[in-house]
Amino acid sequence: MMTPPPRFSGDLAHLPTHGFGHRSLTWWGIIGFMLIEGTFFALTIAAYFYLMSQEQSWPPPPFPPPNLIAGTLFTLMMLVSEIPNTIIKKAAEEGKLREVRVLLLVMTAIGLALLVIRGFEFNSLNVKWYDNAYGSIIWALLLLHTTHILTDWGDTAVLTMLMHTRHGIEARRFIDVSENALYWRFVWIVWLPIYLLIYWLPRLA
Amino acid sequence: MTDLDPDLARDGPELTGEELHRRLTLAWRRPAGLYGWLSSTDHKEIGKRYIVTAFGFFLVAGVLALVMRTQLARPESGLITADRYNQIFTMHGTTMMFLFAVPVMEAVAIYVIPLMLGTRNMAFARLNAFSFWMYLFGGIMLWVAFALNVGPDAGWFAYTPLSGPEFSPGKRVDIWAQMITFTEVAGLAAAVVMATTILKQRAPGMTLAKMPLFAWSMLVVALMIIFALPAVALDSGMLISDRLVGTHFFNPYERGDALLWQHLFWFFGHPEVYIIFLPATGFISEMTATFSRRPVFAYPAVVLSLIATGLLAFGLWVHHMFATGLPRMGYAFYTAASMTVAIPTGIQIFCWVATIWLGRPVYRVPMLWVIGFIVTFVIGGLTGVMLASVPLDLQLHDTYFVVAHFHYVLIGGAVFPLLGATTYWFPKFTGRLMSEAWGKVAFALVFCGFHLTFFPMHITGMMGMPRRVYTYPAGMGWDTLNLISSIGAFILAAGFATFIVNALVCLRKGRVAGPDPWDAAGLEWATSSPPPVFNFPHIPAVASRTPLWDEGEGLPVMTGLRVDEREHLTTTVIEAIPSVREPSPHPTIWPLLSAIAIGVTFVASIFTPWALVVGLVPSAIALAIWFWPKNPTVPPEPTIE
Repeated sequence: MMTPPPRFSGDLAHLPTHGFGHRSLTWWGIIGFMLIEGTFFALTIAAYFYLMSQEQSWPPPPFPPPNLIAGTLFTLMMLVSEIPNTIIKKAAEEGKLREVRVLLLVMTAIGLALLVIRGFEFNSLNVKWYDNAYGSIIWALLLLHTTHILTDWGDTAVLTMLMHTRHGIEARRFIDVSENALYWRFVWIVWLPIYLLIYWLPRLA
Repeated sequence: MTDLDPDLARDGPELTGEELHRRLTLAWRRPAGLYGWLSSTDHKEIGKRYIVTAFGFFLVAGVLALVMRTQLARPESGLITADRYNQIFTMHGTTMMFLFAVPVMEAVAIYVIPLMLGTRNMAFARLNAFSFWMYLFGGIMLWVAFALNVGPDAGWFAYTPLSGPEFSPGKRVDIWAQMITFTEVAGLAAAVVMATTILKQRAPGMTLAKMPLFAWSMLVVALMIIFALPAVALDSGMLISDRLVGTHFFNPYERGDALLWQHLFWFFGHPEVYIIFLPATGFISEMTATFSRRPVFAYPAVVLSLIATGLLAFGLWVHHMFATGLPRMGYAFYTAASMTVAIPTGIQIFCWVATIWLGRPVYRVPMLWVIGFIVTFVIGGLTGVMLASVPLDLQLHDTYFVVAHFHYVLIGGAVFPLLGATTYWFPKFTGRLMSEAWGKVAFALVFCGFHLTFFPMHITGMMGMPRRVYTYPAGMGWDTLNLISSIGAFILAAGFATFIVNALVCLRKGRVAGPDPWDAAGLEWATSSPPPVFNFPHIPAVASRTPLWDEGEGLPVMTGLRVDEREHLTTTVIEAIPSVREPSPHPTIWPLLSAIAIGVTFVASIFTPWALVVGLVPSAIALAIWFWPKNPTVPPEPTIE
């Protein structure tokens, strides 16, 4: 090719090969998926209010509102889980491998416990998805959130295994841990309005 | 800051030219053979596959259109039965919208955007590959079902209660709903890839205010996809669960509501129109600038128009539902909103006209498509403003007037720019130019055939002919108009055929193009045609919106990326200041295997909901292996020879 020699205007060799938060591509990917899933939740909630607006009472008779115990226990546990979650995010950003390894095991255990409680939640709704549209939308909200608990648990479990291998020492894996913790925040924050819609609005409306 | 390892090879004044080319090729090439082909994570390969597949769907759905036009050419035609006709118009609309129009725009962007931005590959290269496979499998499932006489038959928007379990027993609508799941997963994945790439991988110096207009349009579109596609995925999920596991979202007898379907569908469906149209405006901006030999007039106005259109698009959906009965306030609000969206689009059109006016236009084939677009789209836009008026809409709802309107905006507004863009970037894709003479023939046939087909439909519609009827009685006054439309459809098809044959022939026989055959200004023209697997030997740096016009041959470059490993540069979001050297993923078969596991799960779930439980296991395993690092430690500089 008859191209003239390039005009060199600067060098990039000094740049780091990883960065946390918005400097990392992973963060942008996570934010993108949070927006997508947040939209899913928002639209499901919109459908909930749309169906509710057609009713004289909520829940429509003869169904009683869901029992509170399992859902409330779940909510409390999620709120508490933010404590190890915050510590793990900080530890990952400081590159503390030992702490990260231990706390990931804790988070995996918490996720598993939450899944068990979630099973009881489905059992305490006092309505089946095939009973009426109220039942359908309540189940849809709970199921949609459960897919997030389940996928995040799978994700955390794989990451825990990964961090206990020789791959764990790599800087990029700490980014994964940090972003995993960020995603967990999303999972519990979106739960709060859903908790109110499933358990409390039918009591107050 | 990392310690600079002096042993790692980087590009620079000492490592440039042929030696650099050779080493980068070694780092970026994929394994040879079928396995390598299936493993590819190169945005250029994925983009080409996407484009070819989308055009394939365009052809088969176009053939269905010809079948419909043949049936409607005369009254009381017995060529196809009502049932078959229902499947055909549903397949035509579904394929054109979900398997052609949206994917083809993303496809062109997947090829072109990284080149325009001066980067080596897209962000999340494996997710990009996964997106293509999901799209392909969804399309194949739909068409296999159609071949087995299980093609969906409730229209491309599958309104409940017609599409519900009571009125559409069997598997046809389930196929439709699950095709939605496939294409939405693919579209959402591609949108995240696209938005991240545009925000984080621009060449140093390419601030947001210097970004090519096509990149701006794709950024807005990616964000629109993120907020719009979940609506239809949720909607079709509710539909399929009403049909398969007995929920009652849309069942009025159990306190559900059939209109909920329409709200969720059009909350997606209206932005969808702009998801198709805005990339086309990006094509038009690029081509208008190149062939007018000047930058697009009033760049900030064009950018703000794109953003305004993207926002307003989410406030219009109810204008598809005027005939369902709404509160007065609803009518007034959505009429006003629908008319408002014409303003930013009008601004863009004036900007392009001003660009041509102030420039020195060169009427090569892509520019003909630009002119054809402006003429046709303005007509379609005006009938859109007409339909925004409630009394007129109530009269014309579900008539051929609406069919005419949306084919004017979709073919005139998106397919014309697409064919122009294909001609424009064809030399970049293939290294060869398409024939100008045959390009002009194709343009003339498509342009004339299009107007001959669709203009009469305005009148047939006003004369009361409804959409989606498989035949009509003689003596309604619709006969001649329908015959004209049918003749036009075959001329239009001849035009598309000419275009495609021209492209296929020129793949081998076209005139060899240099890096920049049109004397264009964007970075995609700074590299060879077709580009090497690593796109750019050195990362270009830009200082203006039209780097090649301002810098000519002396485009400045930056050095220091590794050449023995796949590395690309990320920059800051607004100012595009170099930030991090990120590794880029290697090719792997796991996105394909994950797509197969998830695809089989989706298809099987039509037959039993337990498939979702069983399919979770292979899907989770495939995704975990995909995620697991393949090259654990930073490999040392390989010894070459």
